[in-house]
Amino acid sequence: MSCSTHFAGHTIVHRLDPRPRIVATLVFAILVALSRHYPALCAGLAVGALLALLARLPAPPLAKRLLRVNGFMLVLLLLLPVTSPGDPMFTILHLPFSREGVHMATVITLKANAIVLAFTALLGTVELAALGHAFHHLRVPGKLVHLFLFTLRYLDVLHHAYLGLLRAMKARAFRPRMNLHTYRSYGSLMAMLLVRSLERAERVMDAMKCRGFKGRFLTYRHFAFHRRDAVFCLVSTLVLILFVCIEWIPGGGLP
Amino acid sequence: MHITEGVAPASVAAAGALLAAGGVVAGLRAMKDEQIPRAAIMASAIFAASLLIRLPLGPSSVHPVLNGLAGLLLGWAAVPVFLVALFLQALLFQFGGITTLGLNTVVMGAPAVLCYYGFNRSLRRCGSARAAFWLGAAAGVTALLFSFLLWAGALVLSGKSLAVIVKLALVPHLAILGVEGAFTGFVSAFLFRVYPRAFEIPRTLGTGTLS
Repeated sequence: MSCSTHFAGHTIVHRLDPRPRIVATLVFAILVALSRHYPALCAGLAVGALLALLARLPAPPLAKRLLRVNGFMLVLLLLLPVTSPGDPMFTILHLPFSREGVHMATVITLKANAIVLAFTALLGTVELAALGHAFHHLRVPGKLVHLFLFTLRYLDVLHHAYLGLLRAMKARAFRPRMNLHTYRSYGSLMAMLLVRSLERAERVMDAMKCRGFKGRFLTYRHFAFHRRDAVFCLVSTLVLILFVCIEWIPGGGLP
Repeated sequence: MHITEGVAPASVAAAGALLAAGGVVAGLRAMKDEQIPRAAIMASAIFAASLLIRLPLGPSSVHPVLNGLAGLLLGWAAVPVFLVALFLQALLFQFGGITTLGLNTVVMGAPAVLCYYGFNRSLRRCGSARAAFWLGAAAGVTALLFSFLLWAGALVLSGKSLAVIVKLALVPHLAILGVEGAFTGFVSAFLFRVYPRAFEIPRTLGTGTLS
């Protein structure tokens, strides 16, 4: 059982170089976050959905992610129209639903779904360690990349340590209830996990020093830029330019 | 208490990202090369615990936030640690999001740093596990309260009508405050008895490099 897995696969999206995918995702997310009108937002959602289809994201986990986001959006859609001041669009049970509130909630929902779909399709499909190496090649500060890679490495180790400690507690008839005993027991579990982690960190550091670690990893994974990556760069640049035209040029930038 | 993707308008998200970048640079400079494994292992411990541990509260359960504890154990390094943990949470589970990553890092990281300055020294010097419990509990409560205020501030700045979300979240968070305080207190008392070295953080703010 692992709590750190990406969406594995062999689609065209999976085969692309991670570096342009990171850049494209960031630019796309920023542009969508900046936009305010329905045409551009719908276009953004379409791009996100298309990417998710191209990456053949498995439906159940994707639905779970989208539900997690849209649960909050549902709250917004129900609350904002009632609480925002503005022209009433319609009334239900004497509650005026304001046009501004409906607009704000819809815009936020569209933005969130567009960004989540593109983010999951482009970055959720990169193997996590490869993502760390791609960050390195994109000149992210070395210490931050190391922190990221080490964190990944130890997530599963600690997950197993946690499960082991929990099993030991359950074997001694521990049952979580709402009382101080439960909080104290979980607190001891957490603290024990930290003690073991800290000792492990010291052993790891000593072992790494023995092998000549000077605060710098040798990045063993280099990415080759294929023709399909050039095509991806070209297409994504065109899509992003088109998006800017739709949002910011009056008349939609279309003839 | 994450700010969901798409909620913050560009200006608020950009302000959050700038503040977070400043904090991350300070944190990376404070972290020596030898401390990277320690920070990373703590990051994974905190990340895993906040995902796995469910503290029963009434009919429901809450997960510990642990940013007070992160501040006590990591100091300024807690900011980059939260950046990495929040990025992974967004990537793997879609808690928070890529455009609100900066904001969420500030919401979690700033209270952690505050707790480091407020409680780390007195924890190292206190005489008994009971005192360690109360100091830890105070750190947990302070950090969560401050996080809640930052979160609420970011939401209200994003749109006055979002204040209703803050009002709805207020009462449950008061209950969570108690649970988080007790939990952080018990962890601190245990560490104080078993492994007091955990609270020793070399003070090197502003002297190190980024890579």
